[in-house]
Amino acid sequence: MAECHPVGFQWVMEAKMRGAKVIHIDPRFTRTSALADQHVPIRVGSDIAFLGGVVNYILSNEKDFREYVVAYTNAATILRADFVDTEDLDGLFSGYDPETASYDGESWQYAGHGQEAGSRGQDPDDAGETNSGHELGGRGATLETSRVERDETLQHPRCVYQVLKRHYARYTPEMVEQVTGVPVEQFLAVCEAVTENSGRERTTAWVYSVGWTHHSTGVQYIRGSAIIQLLLGNMGRPGGGIMALRGHASIQGSTDIPTLFNLLPGYLPMPVAGEHDSLDDYVATISEPGMKGFWTGARSYSVNLLKAWYGDAAQPENDFCFDLLPKLTGDHGTYQTVMDQIDGKVEGYFLVGQNPAVGSAQAKMHRMGLAGLKWLVVRDVNMIESATFWKDGPEIATGELRTEDIETEVFFLPAATHVEKAGSFTQTQRMVQWRHKAVDPPGDARPELDFYYELGVRLRERLAGSTDPKDRMLLDLTWGYRVDEHGDVDGESVLAEINGRFETGEKAGQMLPGFTSMKDDGSTSGGCWIYSGIYKDGVNQSARRKPGQEQDWVAAEWAWAWPMDRRTLYNRASADPDGKPWSERKAYVWWDQELDDGAGRWTGYDVPDFEVSKPPSYRPPAGTGGPEGLAGDDPFIMQADGKGWLYAPSGLIDGPMPTHYEPHESPVSNPLYTVQASPTRQIIKRKDNLSNPSAGEPGDDVFPYVFTTYRLTEHHTAGGMSRWVPYLAELQPEMFCEVSPELAAERGLDNLGWATITTARTAIEARVLVTDRVTPLHVGGKVIHQIGLPYHWGVGSDAYVTGDSANDLLGLVLDANVHIQESKAGSCDITAGRRPTGPALLRHVEAYRSRAGVSVETGNQQVRRVPGDVVHESRDRA
Amino acid sequence: MGLRDAFLGWPVVRQVTGTDPLGRGAAAQSAHTAALRPRTATADRVVQSICPYCAVGCGQRVFVKDEKVVQIEGDPDSPVSRGRLCPKGSASEQFVNGDRRVTTVRYRRARGTEWEDLPLERAMDMIVDRMLDTRERTWQSEVEGKKVNRTLGFASLGGATLDNEENYLIKKLFTALGAIQVENQARI
Repeated sequence: MAECHPVGFQWVMEAKMRGAKVIHIDPRFTRTSALADQHVPIRVGSDIAFLGGVVNYILSNEKDFREYVVAYTNAATILRADFVDTEDLDGLFSGYDPETASYDGESWQYAGHGQEAGSRGQDPDDAGETNSGHELGGRGATLETSRVERDETLQHPRCVYQVLKRHYARYTPEMVEQVTGVPVEQFLAVCEAVTENSGRERTTAWVYSVGWTHHSTGVQYIRGSAIIQLLLGNMGRPGGGIMALRGHASIQGSTDIPTLFNLLPGYLPMPVAGEHDSLDDYVATISEPGMKGFWTGARSYSVNLLKAWYGDAAQPENDFCFDLLPKLTGDHGTYQTVMDQIDGKVEGYFLVGQNPAVGSAQAKMHRMGLAGLKWLVVRDVNMIESATFWKDGPEIATGELRTEDIETEVFFLPAATHVEKAGSFTQTQRMVQWRHKAVDPPGDARPELDFYYELGVRLRERLAGSTDPKDRMLLDLTWGYRVDEHGDVDGESVLAEINGRFETGEKAGQMLPGFTSMKDDGSTSGGCWIYSGIYKDGVNQSARRKPGQEQDWVAAEWAWAWPMDRRTLYNRASADPDGKPWSERKAYVWWDQELDDGAGRWTGYDVPDFEVSKPPSYRPPAGTGGPEGLAGDDPFIMQADGKGWLYAPSGLIDGPMPTHYEPHESPVSNPLYTVQASPTRQIIKRKDNLSNPSAGEPGDDVFPYVFTTYRLTEHHTAGGMSRWVPYLAELQPEMFCEVSPELAAERGLDNLGWATITTARTAIEARVLVTDRVTPLHVGGKVIHQIGLPYHWGVGSDAYVTGDSANDLLGLVLDANVHIQESKAGSCDITAGRRPTGPALLRHVEAYRSRAGVSVETGNQQVRRVPGDVVHESRDRA
Repeated sequence: MGLRDAFLGWPVVRQVTGTDPLGRGAAAQSAHTAALRPRTATADRVVQSICPYCAVGCGQRVFVKDEKVVQIEGDPDSPVSRGRLCPKGSASEQFVNGDRRVTTVRYRRARGTEWEDLPLERAMDMIVDRMLDTRERTWQSEVEGKKVNRTLGFASLGGATLDNEENYLIKKLFTALGAIQVENQARI
């Protein structure tokens, strides 16, 4: 955090000065470790074992915040009798189909749901809906809650609490040490610190970044910390929570208002062919009538989006033009697209402020994909490597590509910088901040807003009068934004559309005050329901700038946070079931019976994330769904049962509870189960995407070391915004690798000398930094050396500084939930000296492949059982 | 300036007699340096902005003179950053005014070996041609008997460095074109 989000880290230091203990769990010692109370070096790819160990510590020592756990989580909920845990199937949950490498999650449901309950489960289509990962986005999962059975004594053997306890029983401190390389005493010190610092009076926060998400089990890493935070009562409370530190100015915004294939604005799913043939079908997969919470408004959110996009053309009679939306048939994510580019199936590509030739995993595939296009549009501030691959990319040097043979037509269009346009960024805590424009962009540089608006205008002019049904979706689109005297689009008019407005009635034309005003009959419109309220009262709320020093610590009058300007989500949980703060020290939002003439209301420092007039004592009549179905003590208002999920009965496709699997490439055998790697990971078997052998496979000694990639303070991702900036280029001029003195001795590496790092994909060179910032770890009786690689440099000729890209080393294997690559853990070899150049580089890599016996099949077995040396006591029960 | 002032103004005298015996502050100041004003003081206007690098969302103050950005500093009003910026944010004036920044359209034709110039208007029309042509030839009404209304012929990557309003227009326009392969850094 001190390296990559240094200014945010000032708050960690503020907390430390006030007595907070700071623990840094990271393979490397960094600036964060230097300022932490404890640094815990961990083996990359082993965090679920660590987190599971913390869960086991909490449960086996009864350190959970019991009152919170019983009232606010699904700990008491009883599961179906046919659910079978990984403990009893040695690494697989019930429902696994080896043919499709996927689970049928039906048996993971709550008791009372599905087949056991009768009618609903008899519909064969249901099963598929419960675990279609990438379509779920952030909306949780559908769940009928009216028949949820609970045992609030937490003693029922099938209640979540007991299931969780059994699942993690073998994640003991000794096992944690064996898997992660973290010594027992160090691990226990973390457990004690975290549990002692949680409860009524104190809260603990977990902070993560792509070190957790870039794994074939990345989603489950986050789930692991969610379980800990719920057990300790740290969610929805000040100083608690799980914070994702995101690395781009508006990467949060580009997920909320998504440029992502599987989502529509506000985490509504993109429709799927065959499943969503009508608006009714579509809405039914997001919400069910019996489900509690605010996702039951899905029809309203969808209709408002369609109304914003299709205006007068969107009418109840035509399903508000739902039929015009294109439909998905599977994974259309960036990696699938790249493979299709290589295979000649994609003709055109827009790169907008993104440099995949350097910044994406398996960067060579991305460059080969660019070379397979007919046309490419690059919009950037600088002449990035993704625009120049055809003349100075690494494949030109090796002879794999020849400039004169590359058919790709390239348009480089200069972009405006952040000060040359007005608009909003959504930062890492969901806070939307408006930037005012300072100057005009130079020359041909234009904001994306103008480019896409103009593109839309021209496309529509060309197609005007067309009777082709496929052009209706473009011609019926609302595209009338306010433009100034220069023809530049006013971003506020787009923000107003996103906010939404009343279309009919006496308020027609006025801005919606928030999503709760949205109707599903076409009388309101709004482009992104979770952002509704950002233009409340016709005022751009994201441009509010009351100085922080004139406000309290919540600073509620600075900018605007979605949803409804709430700064901390699920903050109803900051009060006890009766609505009183858990402690004075941690008071945040509470029920005040005196307000509203004795009727009572939720109040506090933040906007309550709860219906403000619903008293804590409210209990819904049986069978009530929607917001009305939420009891006065159901704080998790977006969950179908109003509870925080220790166990996820649906929504994930790789299991209801995090389970440790080794990374796809690992020199370590999984000590916990004989199943080596995630049985659902998305393996991509291609000649241009070979895998290194892992522990127990022939050739596993050829790539004996582990590497991980990371960022430096002085650079930004693939360098498009930093390697062209003289100060930053000078501060970090050259690609390097961090190795321990022990590894340096083992491989004859000299500090400041050169090293070549090789995988089955390619080899790169880097300057050597011998440092005890990286330490060898003792894992399962062997010493594991880890190599640190920053990934900011690329091969080209325009930036001030260039170099080999660490992303070239990575293979592609994806988390099946979200199709995100495992780029934080790979295996490699390292040798002294520079890498071969030209065609000799290809021969060097080929020699490694041959030595390791690498083929398209090796290293790619979906479920590989490795006989471990750990006794699986629980197997007897199976 | 009289002789007396000239003597007393001599840096060594000021160092010996003044409050700066080490000669590292006021004693070393010349008339020229005394007259220097920071760029932040002489700017025509100050515009509040947000740093374009990571997602902490630090406040920036952009100083403009003669319609040029002359300095970018941290915004003390921001409750997020309280005036601080990291090395990247502090260097963002160079990002805006970079010597190597390309500000004209460049075009590389198929099998071409060099960049060529192209007017922006012409580039826009050529891109529109290609989008419509590709869309027409790669259009899918149905896949395996199921209605899909789409093209897989062109794709888009990027958005995490852009504004919400820009992402909104990209998603809206591409969806209306049937182009579903729209992605950004959030999956990377």
